Amino acid sequence: MGSVPPRALGWVACAVLGALCCLAPLPGARTPWPTVALFTVLYAGCEHISVPHHRLRVPHHRPRWGGRPPGRRTATSMGTFFPVLLAGAFLLPPPAAALVAVPGALLARVEHRPRALRRVWRTAQLALATWAASRAHGALGGRDAVVAPDFPYALLPAGAGVLAFCAVLALLDGGILATAERVPARAAWRGLFARSLGPVAVHGLAGLMMAVLWRSPYGPLAALLVLLPMCVTYWMSAQYHRERAAHQATIRALVQAVDIKDGYTRGHSERVGRASVMIARELGMADERAEALRFAGILHDVGKLGVPTRLLRKDGPLTPEERRIVELHPEYGHEMVRGIGFLDEARAAILHHHERLDGSGYPYGLKGRQIPEFARVVAVADAFDAMTSTRSYRRARPVAAALEELRRCAGTQFDPPVVDALARALSRHGWHPAVTADDPRGNVPPQAPAGDRHAEAGS
Amino acid sequence: MTRPEPATALVRGCAAVLAAAALAHTLWHGVDGRGTALAFGLLVAVGELARWSGGGREAAPLGAAGALAYALLGADAGHPTHHGAPQVVAVVTAAALAGCVPHVSSGRGPCADHLARRVLTTAFAAFCFQPLHARGALPREDGPWYAVFLVALLALTVLCDALLAAVLARARTGWPLGPLLRDELRAVLGIGSAVCATGAVMAPAVAVAGLWALPLFSLPLLLTQLAFRRCTAVRATYRQTIASLARATEIAGYTPAGHAHRVAALSRAVGRDLGLSEPELTVLEYAALMHDIGQLSLVDPVPEGATAALDPARQRRIALLGGAVVRQTGVDAEVAVVVERQADPYREQPVSARVVRAVNAYEEKARAAGPAGSLRALEELRLATARDYQPEVVESLARVVARGGLTLPRTG
Repeated sequence: MGSVPPRALGWVACAVLGALCCLAPLPGARTPWPTVALFTVLYAGCEHISVPHHRLRVPHHRPRWGGRPPGRRTATSMGTFFPVLLAGAFLLPPPAAALVAVPGALLARVEHRPRALRRVWRTAQLALATWAASRAHGALGGRDAVVAPDFPYALLPAGAGVLAFCAVLALLDGGILATAERVPARAAWRGLFARSLGPVAVHGLAGLMMAVLWRSPYGPLAALLVLLPMCVTYWMSAQYHRERAAHQATIRALVQAVDIKDGYTRGHSERVGRASVMIARELGMADERAEALRFAGILHDVGKLGVPTRLLRKDGPLTPEERRIVELHPEYGHEMVRGIGFLDEARAAILHHHERLDGSGYPYGLKGRQIPEFARVVAVADAFDAMTSTRSYRRARPVAAALEELRRCAGTQFDPPVVDALARALSRHGWHPAVTADDPRGNVPPQAPAGDRHAEAGS
Repeated sequence: MTRPEPATALVRGCAAVLAAAALAHTLWHGVDGRGTALAFGLLVAVGELARWSGGGREAAPLGAAGALAYALLGADAGHPTHHGAPQVVAVVTAAALAGCVPHVSSGRGPCADHLARRVLTTAFAAFCFQPLHARGALPREDGPWYAVFLVALLALTVLCDALLAAVLARARTGWPLGPLLRDELRAVLGIGSAVCATGAVMAPAVAVAGLWALPLFSLPLLLTQLAFRRCTAVRATYRQTIASLARATEIAGYTPAGHAHRVAALSRAVGRDLGLSEPELTVLEYAALMHDIGQLSLVDPVPEGATAALDPARQRRIALLGGAVVRQTGVDAEVAVVVERQADPYREQPVSARVVRAVNAYEEKARAAGPAGSLRALEELRLATARDYQPEVVESLARVVARGGLTLPRTG
């Protein structure tokens, strides 16, 4: 765990100071204390049961590439109970609304260290945002519109409140990304506001209805019911993320099953997946296609499960007959993942990743543009990683030498634009072949059989 | 087209008679509060349009919430309403029918049962609430008890709906009613509770803020539906991936083609017959799909993949290897336990492992013995019930197989 950069500490201190200024007028003003207490308890309770959030990712050694662009996670893991905060902002004067956020945020569970600092940061952030929302809402006469209730006019101040809330959150989040993770300020701010606006708008509507019902004859009890659909949505989202993680683990298990048979390529599949994504980004593919390419890269050799273990582990050169059996693996792989609907384009990559541009590859001997784009990308990523990782029978080549080799074969074996894209991506991000933390052995094989290997993709 | 079961016919008949009577009553007396009726009708129709046929339980949460809210509506923007129960049923029926038309015309499944449920559930809520409201026998609106009353009434309604759904499912599938009802009730805790809460809060919100409340409340519920859909989609993908992992052993030549799928389908049927709940059935299905995965660690395949004929020590070794692989897949740890224990004597096994063991042995033996293999395989299993297979499981398997006409279910 590295230490927090002083600039980030300074940014947090500014936010805390701002939040304290927001809370300062509390003792003097006429504050509806019972309502504040109810909201505070409600928010703390909701925050306690909701999923942990990862809003502040103060310094961690994050991979610079391959992961998602910064700030994206902050928007998707909206683990807080904004409807309660926004309802508070629509009902209470600004300082009291800011107070509602404080105990809940201070008590909330925090996943990553430094915990105390993250809690303080988050509290300050939410207090400031809620204060701003309440201020904007009040300035347009929203509180009278809520009591009346004066529809559709009540929507206007509520919308202003939501905008203010989002703007403050995005500003503070962007600042922390810029100071703590050294993301360029413009990249940090870009999109943060737009991405969070949609979800917060829905939360704002729920908050508005909650506020209206709270002030209606039906009272706070009816207002509480507004939260139930939100709770269910949170629960579903948590479940979705859990299932998705489990699904990714299963994909990894498919790859590990290949490792059981073919011990020497440990980590190869994961790295091919990463290199494929780098190329995809460089080629300007949309996020979904890049993600599909990651799966294509990870699963490209899954068909080796169908090749007899004896052949995969054979020392010495393969006979033509044996070579033919090994060359069936793309078809096996394609057959195996046939039932997985979401792979779609990636299945073509699994089937054709050994095709060559001049038509001398297998299984179908496709030429040039006949080869699907995904397969051309995976072929380059596969060859690159095969050359730059240490194999039992030879040492790893340096990245520059591997690129030189790829360029030499571009046009006959590889697609030149894809090779160029890889070169550009490498010059921009570098190549960090370290395997994920759960595999301490790296890519060095446990046992070292010698001999020619069929899978040398550069051959 | 087969004739529906008596229970299904009864439910549909009741709903049809009720709907016809309500429509006739409404046509005769005229519609009270046209604007409100139109708005709620639109909401229900849109909800039905947004219905999707995955996930099973509550396919159209917005439609359900809109219908319940109309049934519980006592005032509109401060003015009391007098639309009465028959009009509620009539409006909801008409709107739901309209919303169903695109689904039927594009052939996305029949919606007779769905409509019958919607009509009967709405009628229940409306006939509980509207007469009391008309007579002024309800708790005072300006007190907190009103919300409590609404929630209690809706909880009762949802219970009725669950019972109805379970009865219909039983008539459709022939599975035991108890576990079906339990699964329906468990589903109520998920999206059902969101529907219930939205319905309960929409009625007072319209009473306070007028019809503006309808779109405002629909949005969070639509979000819930989206989350639910996303969750269902990832679950389906997950299942496909696990099935692919299961196919790995087949492609590697360790097991015959389709073996894992057949064992999974039969295990699920036997688990149903034994009254396992939906989560238990999922564990059972995953374990059955992956029960042979340990063979991937063997250098040479077992002949024909017939693990049931191996000596116990080897069987157990394969099972342990399989468990180790399954633990890496990130599925529920229970699945790994089932895979690990599949070769143990049945008294030491969890129920799911007993089912997987018996079904696997049955599948292998029945395949080996040819056309009349089914009976002979069952006979062999019965002879081994002292130690290896649980007698109850074998009997349940016999029932399931008999129901299927003594053939192995072929599934894709």
